[in-house]
Amino acid sequence: MDYLAPITIEEAVGALASTSDSRVFAGATDLIPQIRSGRPEPGLLVDLKRIDRLTAVTEGDTSWTIGAAAPTSGLTENIAFSRQFPGLSEAAGLIGSDQIQNRSSLGGNLCNASPAADSVPAMIVNGARAIIATPDGTRTITVDQVATAPGHTSLEPGEFIVEFEVDKPPARTGDAYLRMTPRTEMDIAVVGAGARITLDADGNCTEARIALGAVAPTVRRVTDAEAALIGHPITDDTLSAVAAAASAACDPIDDKRGTIAYRKQVAGVLAKRVVKLAAERAAGTATENGAH
Amino acid sequence: MSRTHINCTINGDETDFLSESGGSLLNALRDDVGLMGVKEGCGTGDCGACSVLMDDRITCACLIFAPEVEGRTIVTIEGLANADELHPLQQCFLEGAALQCGICTPGFLLAAKALLDKNPDPTETEVRYALAGNLCRCTGYDKIIRAVLDAAEGIRASATSGDAA
Ligand SMILES: Cc1cc2nc3c(=O)[nH]c(=O)nc-3n(C[C@H](O)[C@H](O)[C@H](O)COP(=O)(O)OP(=O)(O)OC[C@H]3O[C@@H](n4cnc5c(N)ncnc54)[C@H](O)[C@@H]3O)c2cc1C
Ligand code: FES
Ligand code: FES
Repeated sequence: MDYLAPITIEEAVGALASTSDSRVFAGATDLIPQIRSGRPEPGLLVDLKRIDRLTAVTEGDTSWTIGAAAPTSGLTENIAFSRQFPGLSEAAGLIGSDQIQNRSSLGGNLCNASPAADSVPAMIVNGARAIIATPDGTRTITVDQVATAPGHTSLEPGEFIVEFEVDKPPARTGDAYLRMTPRTEMDIAVVGAGARITLDADGNCTEARIALGAVAPTVRRVTDAEAALIGHPITDDTLSAVAAAASAACDPIDDKRGTIAYRKQVAGVLAKRVVKLAAERAAGTATENGAH
Repeated sequence: MSRTHINCTINGDETDFLSESGGSLLNALRDDVGLMGVKEGCGTGDCGACSVLMDDRITCACLIFAPEVEGRTIVTIEGLANADELHPLQQCFLEGAALQCGICTPGFLLAAKALLDKNPDPTETEVRYALAGNLCRCTGYDKIIRAVLDAAEGIRASATSGDAA
């Protein structure tokens, strides 16, 4: 394997165009274990971390821009970001140990295209957009358009994600992400659930986004659960409707981490809890963080 | 496999070495630089035996490609003691019997150093989370956690007595 660390986006695009056998990477926390387990080695490794834009995290007037290769510890340690996006910050903070967090990126988490990637439901409920470098300049798509199947993305060969943009939330809005794992740390989600809830002054839900991870080949929005909330306060009845819709939306696999029936049930329970937490944050009554 | 010439700072010394461009920092440190304190447990980021500090951040050397460290600053276990004087963490691990076979110890010490440099007064829970990326097959963890808390206390005490002096 040859190694190249370009310092501009153009240089990276050029390197990727020079061979069909190249691979971009950020933290390599997915890439190296995959190569070690026998996946084919690329001929050329393109390290994205020396390109300034790829590792920058910046707050604008109305949105945040997060470099696709920025280590997730830079998000969890960013107090302003974590205050505005507690759910996204918590989701990023669940990825592996401190050793992993100092390397793992949102771009890698998304483009590895694991159905269980923790940051992805949280990015999707926040409406995050991916800015993609192509040989003809950049194009922008929403994060839910990136992963197409386990291990596959909609990016063309030679393309890579430069950064993510996420708009600041409207007033009375809260996000949250919860996951279920057998161990508290260093484990892969059996189910992950993200939510972003907006309430009006009377406590009725005006906007809801709910997404589930690890229960289908890609992260899944649960529009039926969202519809069950709109126009209603967050009560036991609406939460039961959310749980039922979340369980029904699952199309999970049976594996050593959980059976189909178990994942469906847990998806319902987590969806309910994550909506409740996001709504408490929206109302300003949340007392504790949902996750570590 | 092509070899790359790499310049970086290791344990305070400017160092250069030749390494396989697709090889890991772990192999480079052991085979090309000759620092054997960094250990391989799993090679996949799960055990933390290969932990080193890169630009003051704890990382797994098994998950870093060697050429990535060009221009960076690396600290391995060999750089923790101050000449013959052990670091307080090393002293507390010895006194508290926080090691048996010792394979995991360099990684635990560096992960603990990264924690205490950021947070000199961690709770037991904070220590446990900060060390979640390090596995030990021998000690059962309690002695390790205790040793880190003892070292933190010692470092804080000597900092305040130093201030008073
Ligand atoms: C011990 C351990 C624990 C882990 N725990 C978790 C966990 O709890 N939750 C979780 O979700 N994940 C976990 N992971 C998986 C991994 O750490 C994450 O998916 C991480 O976010 C990947 O980011 P990376 O920068 O290291 O990706 P890399 O390994 O650098 O890249 C991953 C893939 O994405 C591609 N890629 C990277 N950046 C880009 C880009 N900008 N544009 C296009 N393609 C790109 C690469 O080509 C590669 O195919 C764990 C991994 C380890 C080793
Ligand atoms: S050898 Fe690197 S984490 Fe186990
Ligand atoms: S002392 Fe043997 S693995 Fe920790």
